[in-house]
Amino acid sequence: MSELIEAQKARLYRTTIGFWVYLMTDCLLFASLFATYAVLRTATAGGPGAADIFELPLALTETIILLVSSFTCGLMLLGLQAKNRRQVIVAMALTYALGVAFLAIEIGEFAKFVAEGHSWQQSAFLSAFFTLVGTHGLHILFGLLWLVVMLVVVVRRGLTPKVTRQLTIFGLFWHFLDLVWIFIFTVVYLLGVAS
Amino acid sequence: MFGRLGFDALPHDPVTIGGVVGGGLAVLGVVAAMTYFKKWGWLWRNWLTSLDPKKIGIMYIAVAVIMLLRGLADAAMLRAQQAIFATSASSPISPDLFQQVFSAHGTIMIFFVAMGVIFGLINLILPLQIGARDVAFPLLNSISFWLFVAGMVLINVSLALGEFSAAGWLAYPPLSGLEYSPGTGIDYWIWSLQIAGVGSLLSGVNFLVTIFTMRRKGMTLMKMPIFVWSVLGSMLLVAFAFPILTATLAMLSLDRTLGMHFFTSDLGGNPMMYVNLIWAWGHPEVYILILPAFGIFSEIVATYSRKKLFGYKSMVWAILAITVLSFTVWLHHFFTMGAGANVNAFFGIMTMIIAIPTGVKVFNWIFTMYKGKVSFKTPMLWFMGFAVTFTIGGVTGVLMAVPGIDYQMHNSLFLVAHFHNMIIGGVLFGVFAGITYWWPKFAGFRLHEGLGKAAFWCWLFGFWFAFIPLYILGFMGAVRRLDSYDPSLGWQGLFIVAGLGVMLILLGVFFQVVQVAYSIWKRKELAVGSDPWDGRTLEWATSTPVAEYNFAHLDAVQDRDAFWAAKQSKTKASTKFTDIALPKNTGTGAYVGAAAFVIGFAVIWHIWWLALLALLVLVGIVIASTLREDEDTEMIITAAEVAATEKRLRGAGA
Ligand code: HEM
Ligand SMILES: [Cu+2]
Repeated sequence: MSELIEAQKARLYRTTIGFWVYLMTDCLLFASLFATYAVLRTATAGGPGAADIFELPLALTETIILLVSSFTCGLMLLGLQAKNRRQVIVAMALTYALGVAFLAIEIGEFAKFVAEGHSWQQSAFLSAFFTLVGTHGLHILFGLLWLVVMLVVVVRRGLTPKVTRQLTIFGLFWHFLDLVWIFIFTVVYLLGVAS
Repeated sequence: MFGRLGFDALPHDPVTIGGVVGGGLAVLGVVAAMTYFKKWGWLWRNWLTSLDPKKIGIMYIAVAVIMLLRGLADAAMLRAQQAIFATSASSPISPDLFQQVFSAHGTIMIFFVAMGVIFGLINLILPLQIGARDVAFPLLNSISFWLFVAGMVLINVSLALGEFSAAGWLAYPPLSGLEYSPGTGIDYWIWSLQIAGVGSLLSGVNFLVTIFTMRRKGMTLMKMPIFVWSVLGSMLLVAFAFPILTATLAMLSLDRTLGMHFFTSDLGGNPMMYVNLIWAWGHPEVYILILPAFGIFSEIVATYSRKKLFGYKSMVWAILAITVLSFTVWLHHFFTMGAGANVNAFFGIMTMIIAIPTGVKVFNWIFTMYKGKVSFKTPMLWFMGFAVTFTIGGVTGVLMAVPGIDYQMHNSLFLVAHFHNMIIGGVLFGVFAGITYWWPKFAGFRLHEGLGKAAFWCWLFGFWFAFIPLYILGFMGAVRRLDSYDPSLGWQGLFIVAGLGVMLILLGVFFQVVQVAYSIWKRKELAVGSDPWDGRTLEWATSTPVAEYNFAHLDAVQDRDAFWAAKQSKTKASTKFTDIALPKNTGTGAYVGAAAFVIGFAVIWHIWWLALLALLVLVGIVIASTLREDEDTEMIITAAEVAATEKRLRGAGA
């Protein structure tokens, strides 16, 4: 029995380290997109620039929603440690709802830009904007999908060793996306509107 | 319904049709033979679904060897064109085809030959050398392999359906943009590399974690075999550089499919940014390939000199220095593109600095041989050939690191000669040495020496005949990617010599094929035990062939050359065994690869419904695999079975 626990521990350790390494590679992916955005920020080709189209209140709302979802995600991890299944489920559901809200706002923003004629085809600046922010959005979407699958597992099977591992790294993932968003908020929206 | 796919996608020109028919017949022949001998089930159960890194490694190498043959065929076509048809009015190889061929040659050789053999050898050797039973994430390993295969199939399908990129192996925009390359060629290039690249990235993560967490007890970092160190450096580079490639390819593809303007020449796009990004990946990439080759040579030189590797610590520092520095030199690939004198000077100096740790390694190998009892087996010959060839290639590289000189050499055949010097003399010679060296560990018999030596000499002389003329031609002003030139320039003689060199290389390849076939035939006579070269590191401590679980016991190691030390102290293995858990076979990797292939293919041809469908299938496969609990993915080999296996593989005595 103790051997089994040892093996579980080793697995958790490997999975966590592996996920950290993966996050580092994802970080570099975003770094490439950020660098591109920085270069193309002013390449508006006669179209609108950052200051013309971004609305800070909206971006701030998104930021707050994501921050709160990081908090609920933290609650989930605490529940996991306490092996409190109900807390885990509730926190997962809350995180999910907040994630959906965030995505909805983002999609709304994108749709508005497109409707106003400022799609990704208009200028290099807009291509870079849609790609950078959209890549983050895709990550969120992926995270939500992942969350649903795990929610089903937790509800039906309880906190199995595997889902425990997965939830642990999901926590890392979600905080990471929060962090990336803070950068997006600062570099794209704040500095953009200030420029 | 089928996007841009229609009957006009089928090949028109006779050379391509010949290639497709030849390749198609070969595939058909294999399929027919497999069906006739009823081997599909066996293949699926024992190989395709296996999560055993030893088997995955062998599959990587098998794929890479087939791709090497394709890459060589492409190279022979290029050479034939330049030696024979370049000065005449008509040629069977049209200018457009010529461009596709050099693009395919470069792409295939780097991504599907060099990367393939390197990942293959890492899979085979790394877990054994760190005394582990597996890699950190066995399923992920299989997925990586299948993504590699998916990319490989995609690039070869381009021969039969549509076209391949005509924009060189790095597809610079704006040439690779929609405006100048509206066809499917660039898209094939993008998706083939994107899919294989993600596979490589996942492998990088996997092997890093394997090295960090799976080492045998007692094996501190400074006790790791030097091959492991070199893989560590290489995989760090994979983890840092491949995300840049992923992002860059994604942006190029967004330009092409969604009409974005990252790299277009209008609406604010910036083609130079692509060049920067692609080389920020591309330069580390060459070190991703060469570092493991260095590691292989380190093992070989120590073993065949029967000495400890000279300067272990300096080797480690050299690897780490190269790892870090390789991110600081990318601009040397485009000195001529107007970055300005100071920037050029910085990158020129950095490039020269990176040559220093490389030089340290060469000296260390030589000092390892010094006063050793050197036995000149084939791998040692590859090493000697490498040491000379690679050093000369290094010198020509440092020459081009001087921006002023590079203005003259840039994009000339001098450059082509330089990088082949490094990549053939370094990477290929390294993996040939490695395969010969480790072959008996997995096969139970060694490769025939005489034939191996014949292959070596053909490759060595073939290489020099094929590429020295290119150095000279470069000086004379011949640029790369040239399919015709004026006869009055007097270049043809040198091109003919280069063509003869390629024939010599092909003869070397022929000897290698014969060597393998003959050795399999004579395997009884060539049979060897588990430690044929009197090895030093842990892979030689396993039985031959290596048991599924690699090691029955996981005793702590004390020494850097752990197996050597164990042999000296004559420690006896205990005969008490315990249960061993290993991952079960699964088809998940193959399904993921298939889905990725369909996604790539569908996007290339703009068959959007199919792409979406395949994406959903992919998500489904991944979810299904997430839902499997640990008990369902593992099998237990009982202590009694282990005991029986050990007895069978090691004989009654051990
Ligand atoms: C083994 C014999 C080989 C021969 C005879 C050969 C020959 C050639 C030739 C003739 C070219 C075109 C040069 C030109 O631009 O005029 C070329 C390009 C190239 N080769 Fe090789 N090659 C060989 C092996 C390799 C290997 C092993 C690799 C890499 C692992 C490689 C990578 C490349 C690359 C990246 C290019 C540049 C393609 C481009 O211009 O976009 N080659 N090679
Ligand atoms: Cu370089």
